[in-house]
Amino acid sequence: MSTQTTAADIQVHRVQVVNRNEEYQCREDKTLLVGMERRGAHAIDIGCRGGGCGVCKIRVLQGEYERKRMSRAHISEAEESSGYALACRIFPRSEMVIESDHYEPATRQSK
Amino acid sequence: MKKGVMRPGHIQLRVLDMKEALEHYRDLLGLIEVETDSQGRVYLKGWTEVDKFSVVLREADEPGMDFVGYKVLNNQVLEQLEQELKEYGCQVEEIPAGELNGCGRRVRFDSPTGHMFEIYAEKEQTGKWGVKNVNPEAWPRDLKGMKATRFDHCLLYGPNIEGTVKMFQEVLGFDIAEQVIDDEGKRPALFLTVGMKAHDVAFIECPEPGKLHHASFFLDTWEDVLRAADLISMEDVSLDIGPTRHGLTHGKTIYFFDPSGNRSEVFCGGDYHYPDHEPVTWTADELGKAIFYHDRALNDRFLTVLT
Repeated sequence: MSTQTTAADIQVHRVQVVNRNEEYQCREDKTLLVGMERRGAHAIDIGCRGGGCGVCKIRVLQGEYERKRMSRAHISEAEESSGYALACRIFPRSEMVIESDHYEPATRQSK
Repeated sequence: MKKGVMRPGHIQLRVLDMKEALEHYRDLLGLIEVETDSQGRVYLKGWTEVDKFSVVLREADEPGMDFVGYKVLNNQVLEQLEQELKEYGCQVEEIPAGELNGCGRRVRFDSPTGHMFEIYAEKEQTGKWGVKNVNPEAWPRDLKGMKATRFDHCLLYGPNIEGTVKMFQEVLGFDIAEQVIDDEGKRPALFLTVGMKAHDVAFIECPEPGKLHHASFFLDTWEDVLRAADLISMEDVSLDIGPTRHGLTHGKTIYFFDPSGNRSEVFCGGDYHYPDHEPVTWTADELGKAIFYHDRALNDRFLTVLT
């Protein structure tokens, strides 16, 4: 059975998305993407939410975070070390300033 | 079946984290965990499947599909089709028996869309899980999650689907069951069958090669699809869309993502196909309805999010 946790026990951090002029509050136990969805914000495009498709690619300009493994097809080692990440795979550990819309839609069909 | 290909047999998927992947495929979808091999790959199957396994999970840096395999009638057919694939111009690689535990010799070949396919004739048959083959009961009692009955098909994205489909028709004996035709007469979506099902594999045109749209698993009823939707909410799983119905195939469906971002489908119902049937056609001006029969609107995420 899952542990019951009250929202008051969980730290919440402000996330500023500079390119969209948006900000929202994100819980430490939610990824930046899911935290955004829960708040009804529209600051990062939503894809698979599992680190696979690359749609939520962002660049972290300021702030601390923890990361889970994400697809190397979308975040190379060089990109990882310069702050690129998939928003669905990182958890905030401080206030964060990020830039979204870094996904290059090579897979998108021309319509 | 006119060339001796019987059915989809297995799909190998790449996942970022095996423990999380098993929570999805075993505990949520309800596939049966069969075994782990010396490379750390985990084998699973739907409970109604007679062969030993149908899903292989491999931990890797990049999610997606390694290959999908089709079972042929016997070794004579395997040899014949291997020769025909070479003559057709495919890059053909022989995978020795036992490279997948319990599976015989496999013939792997490439395709214009950039996907790797396999055919094989022999795989250990362990029987349906939890029921006997003589006087069988209706279902086993201790299934988990969505109780998915079988791996059914996959939808693949890549360039030149006409090229891959021509190979599937001419060499492997698949038929086009359903198609989408646009204003210029081009076909951006093709659904193929090798038996009576509405699709055993499907293709959608996309510039990037070798992409997976989804792996699909069969449920018996619409009630089961709604129950799957409940489980997706209870477990806070990443939902894509549904429950709804497709126009194409008329299947009743829900789409969601595994923890590595590979899309899964569970569905029930759908049309059937006989070899003398003309393909069912949807026109591109009704594409919204073709894809989601109730919404009748194109959904950008459904069409473009791939692994």
